[in-house]
Amino acid sequence: MKKNKTLWLPDRSKYPEHDSNGKPIVDLQSQKHTKLWQGPNHPGVTGNMSLELTLSGDEIVDAKTHVGYLHRGFEKLMERRTYMQCFPLSIRMCVPEADSNEYVLSTCVEELAGIEIPEAAKWLRTLALEMARLQVLLRVVPGIGATLSLGLGSQWGMYMREQILDRFEELTGGRIYHMYMLPGGVRGHLPDGFKKRMEQNLKDIEQFVANIEDLIFTNSVFKKRTVGRGIIKPEWVSQYGIVGPNARGAGFKRDVRKDYPYLKYSELNFDPYVGKDSDIYTRAQVRKHDLLMTVDLIRQILDKVPTSGDLRAKTPNVLHWEIPKGETYVRSESSRGEYGMYMVSDGSKYPRRVNLRGPSYTHAVALLEKMLINANISDVHAIMVSLQTCPPEIER
Amino acid sequence: MENIIKDIESRFQVSDYVQQRPELAYATVKKELAIALITHLKDIEGFTHFVLLTAVDWLEENKFQLTYILNHPDKKVDLGIRVFIDRANPIMDSAHHLWEQVATYQRELKEMFGIDFPGSPRVDEDFILEGWDDIPPYRRDFDTLQYSRDTYFPREGRSTNDPAEHMKKKLYPDEEK
Repeated sequence: MKKNKTLWLPDRSKYPEHDSNGKPIVDLQSQKHTKLWQGPNHPGVTGNMSLELTLSGDEIVDAKTHVGYLHRGFEKLMERRTYMQCFPLSIRMCVPEADSNEYVLSTCVEELAGIEIPEAAKWLRTLALEMARLQVLLRVVPGIGATLSLGLGSQWGMYMREQILDRFEELTGGRIYHMYMLPGGVRGHLPDGFKKRMEQNLKDIEQFVANIEDLIFTNSVFKKRTVGRGIIKPEWVSQYGIVGPNARGAGFKRDVRKDYPYLKYSELNFDPYVGKDSDIYTRAQVRKHDLLMTVDLIRQILDKVPTSGDLRAKTPNVLHWEIPKGETYVRSESSRGEYGMYMVSDGSKYPRRVNLRGPSYTHAVALLEKMLINANISDVHAIMVSLQTCPPEIER
Repeated sequence: MENIIKDIESRFQVSDYVQQRPELAYATVKKELAIALITHLKDIEGFTHFVLLTAVDWLEENKFQLTYILNHPDKKVDLGIRVFIDRANPIMDSAHHLWEQVATYQRELKEMFGIDFPGSPRVDEDFILEGWDDIPPYRRDFDTLQYSRDTYFPREGRSTNDPAEHMKKKLYPDEEK
């Protein structure tokens, strides 16, 4: 017998009515709805944020995001610190990819102060940014599978990431927070044998991606749970400021490295992957292709990076450095998309205002609230992780 | 970019035009014309990507600066629209009807700077802070140190050293005498 399609649609009469402010009127006594808080420290939720979910059975009828569990007021603290003292704060604005913060802050200062960095520093900055992207994606790509109980890939990914952190330690002295890019340039050249060791890591990563393909992307359970779920409609891209892999998954070819080439990206050959189905599976695929593209980019960079030459432009004594009056906005492409910093200088040695525009700000607050409506409670983690949200960017 | 500026200069009385980089410019507009200008830029000129909205506190001049950065995805240019509003009565028209995400920015500005956007969804709901009982914390006259002293208390047995004095003693012990 042919199934009556309408039987499978939810009964909308069970949904809460909304008041004049658009707020759902939920009567918990009626037994029709359940209020469920997920987080702020739920293992499936990325970082310290909480979701207030209203359920009808196991279907979400209303969702609200609650952030603020790790607010540290970095933007405010920066107003009381010299430009150089801002660096230890800025790198913590988004922990997994600290280098993007170093880059945008350094570039804002350099632009306002009229400093041009040496050629070698541009190459090394490009390398550091791609290495940062690589170590994030090594965790994120299998991480989407981990939210659906395919944890093994995530463990492989953590191991591979450690190898890249070893290279970071060689290059910068730090594993997570590198403080490698500073106004004027970078802190050091490539160590001896770095290229050889990195090449071995890249080969291992290619094998890792092949294994992930077998483990996750061809897995029927993973496909059933991700294909056609968590869809971002194309019209939402502009409405919610969707950028990076989430926009590319929806068919929009948006990549700051291509659209607004900075550092040495215009001298590199790459073509970001664009998906079309805009579901969780497509976003996972986009990130997998990004991972392979990053491997290729690092090879290209290592072929071209100068092994000698100036690394720093001359800057004034940083303790007494006053930046000329002005304002600027600098963007870069982080693993999550457009990552920008707006800086205003009043001519003193402290920034007047620093504002970070992280991609998670729009993805994890307004967009997530929209996407969770009508989703099943069991899909929340996969939807959230597929957006690759990073709560510290929201509460910077 | 120059053509766009020429066009909006006459229509919206844009002033203080600054070309920061070839692909980034800033312009100032009066509060009353700001939302009309932003609507024009979005719907007519094609600045469809809303990058950010944030505020700068010019305490000495008793003004807040609101900056809307808009991006043109096809022409690959950014335009920053600056609006100055009275700090003593900080109210601005809402732009949430243009982009859904703007409501989140406005909600944050209400909480952190005390700038009101009447009609903006959930603008009065707590965003990051809960149970905040002082002036909005991102205002320049909010003293973080004093707030900490008034709100929290030092743990017993801890002492505080001034780093400058500590280094002076360490590096130049003879000068002490």
